Amino acid sequence: MKPAPFEYLRPASVDEACEALASDPDARVLAGGQTLVPMLAMRLSRPSILVDITRLADLQGITETAEGIEIAAATRQAVALKSDLIARQVPLLAAALPNVGHPPTRARGTVGGSIAHGDPSAEIALAATILNARIVYIEDGEEVEFEPEDFFIGPTVTMAPMGGLMTRVIFPKKPAGRVGAGFHEIASRRSDYAFASAGAQVVLDDDGACVQALLGIGSVGDVPVAVDVSDLAGTRLTDDDLKGAIEAALADLDCVDDLHATATYRARAAKRLAFQALATARENAA
Amino acid sequence: MKTDLTVNGRTYGIDVEPRTTLLDALRDGCGLKGTHAGCEHGVCGACTVIVDGEAVRSCLMLAVQSDGLDITTIEGVAPERGELDVIQDSFCETHGMQCGYCTPGMVLAAKALLGVNREPTDEEIRDAISGNICRCTGYGQIVEAIRLAAKRLRESNALAMEAGE
Ligand code: FES
Ligand code: FES
Repeated sequence: MKPAPFEYLRPASVDEACEALASDPDARVLAGGQTLVPMLAMRLSRPSILVDITRLADLQGITETAEGIEIAAATRQAVALKSDLIARQVPLLAAALPNVGHPPTRARGTVGGSIAHGDPSAEIALAATILNARIVYIEDGEEVEFEPEDFFIGPTVTMAPMGGLMTRVIFPKKPAGRVGAGFHEIASRRSDYAFASAGAQVVLDDDGACVQALLGIGSVGDVPVAVDVSDLAGTRLTDDDLKGAIEAALADLDCVDDLHATATYRARAAKRLAFQALATARENAA
Repeated sequence: MKTDLTVNGRTYGIDVEPRTTLLDALRDGCGLKGTHAGCEHGVCGACTVIVDGEAVRSCLMLAVQSDGLDITTIEGVAPERGELDVIQDSFCETHGMQCGYCTPGMVLAAKALLGVNREPTDEEIRDAISGNICRCTGYGQIVEAIRLAAKRLRESNALAMEAGE
């Protein structure tokens, strides 16, 4: 038994969960537990009480609404990976999901949990950042929304309200036109934390000219970042177009040095992966 | 906290602290030592069990979270005492194990895969065991074992169908 002692609560409703979280500053949400339980085992986290939200029906499911594709916070990653709705309407997230952990961690890990943890190498967080998904919390009975760019502020540091509970993440629906997405990453082992990752989405018109291009880079710095490749609009997305846009967009990319990879390596890998992601998006849109 | 675990079709009433992992509860509470404890923090896959049809790491679940779930451990894989399941037998046949530390986890990861995919490609097999570390056999023979098990399961199904079962 490695974790320090804590209490366990399985609330019957979202309200009860919120109450428990708000009433004790050391209470923590237990969702899939695929990151929290290791942190407990290493005693990096010592909550007083864990509020287990995994069985709350209101926090499960993927629905299409006027606003977008809403993924309830405790929806398991394995469920999201099998979702036709996500495959059809949020192709970039669908491309990112197979890279999230491996089957046993996806079977328990949740979409909301991955975002709430704020790991800079998290694929779901990167997809959310690129697509500007909205992250919805309940705080003091009120809903508060965050854009990813404001939400992720450092490695595993977010703007999540103290005592709040994430209820859902709303991804925008796929725009009109021919849409393609690509996601590539590099890690020392399959399913391990990536050293660098890149996701891209392009929209082409009927002639095959680019109408919109989105690109984002994860794992290289403190937070996932969306970078500006809007210059690609109007081009035919030739390899040279892609390379030119990537050089300009990633010129000032912040990369960190650590045990696993140097900043120089990460910067080079980011460019290469950005090219692969955009090229895959282009092929998928064709 | 009192919790009822349903393991290999049998219910075990146990009394555990909330911090007890499902892994520890299986080994110490239910006396099922076949689920191996490796890293105990989600890195190695030795503790893999099947929960509601999916492979999961039992060291990353709390025992108190696991009531009412359908849990299968390595002890529940073989059809009868003293027999081997097709997957276990295939591991023997292809020398898919040496020390055996990773083997229960590998077998259950394979079982979860073959439960939903009877014709996995090598790529899919590798993906299914990508969370399981083996420190001695080498993954080649483990992939071979799972490939052989898939083939045998397909063939036995075809035979059963021919026999009109
Ligand atoms: S003991 Fe559970 S993953 Fe290592
Ligand atoms: S057989 Fe020894 S660790 Fe895999």
